[in-house]
Amino acid sequence: MLIDTTVFTPWRSLAGGALIGLAASGMILVNGRIAGISGIIGGLVRAVPLDVRWRLAFLTGLLSAPLLYRQVAVLPPLQIATPWPMLVVAGLLVGAGARFGAGCTSGHGVCGLARGSPRSLVATLIFMTAGAVVVYLQRHL
Amino acid sequence: MQLLILWGLGLVFGLGLILSGMTNPQKIFGFLDVTGAWDPSLALVMGGAVIVAIFPFALARRRTHALLGAPMQLPRANRIDARLVCGSLAFGVGWGLAGFCPGPVLIAAVSGAPEAVIFIAAMLTGMAIFEYRLWEKFGR
Repeated sequence: MLIDTTVFTPWRSLAGGALIGLAASGMILVNGRIAGISGIIGGLVRAVPLDVRWRLAFLTGLLSAPLLYRQVAVLPPLQIATPWPMLVVAGLLVGAGARFGAGCTSGHGVCGLARGSPRSLVATLIFMTAGAVVVYLQRHL
Repeated sequence: MQLLILWGLGLVFGLGLILSGMTNPQKIFGFLDVTGAWDPSLALVMGGAVIVAIFPFALARRRTHALLGAPMQLPRANRIDARLVCGSLAFGVGWGLAGFCPGPVLIAAVSGAPEAVIFIAAMLTGMAIFEYRLWEKFGR
């Protein structure tokens, strides 16, 4: 395993992770809900009255982040080379998979691991392994 | 006021995603490419987030209600079933194909990446398949 030091960003990533952990902590303590993005969006896809407002407020905050960040610093680059048919397939898999699997990188990978959930540990190991296999097949075969 | 707090939590979450670099699919590919030139950044994002959140979640478990008065809704499911395994497997394949997951792709879309909008449209469709149990309707 060779670490590519030209792209590795340990401090930024650790600091960003701490902010994500802070937001997830606030969500559970203040609102009593898991800050899992797929779950929060999923609850809007089939909306239940009275349950919509906190989801929209949180997502509006999330969407405001790049707009505010851009006022004080340059946004990190977005390098997207995936052709659109692949984006469609990937989007379908991510959307359906996260809902059937009851979580994504934030719900399982952050909140689930932080509360010591065996289900989340299994889910995280599975989606990381699956992702690594896909990247291996695309890059090295 | 309550909604402003929730907005702020979303903002902090989003700023964390941007700062950590996770909005760029190349950072995701770099992490998943364990046999190539590996970029461990994502492990530090997740590790940092988990360490910060461990104590607050332990605190949350002992409370019946959240600070804003809503009941504490910690997940109760504990079975590792086929749905969890297959769903996570599909999620991982999609994540590995595009390098996007639900949070970062929203930020990428607002930052002006049209590819992210395509992904989001497909992702919402995928979620609708679950929410409205569309597979049952098409299966007949």
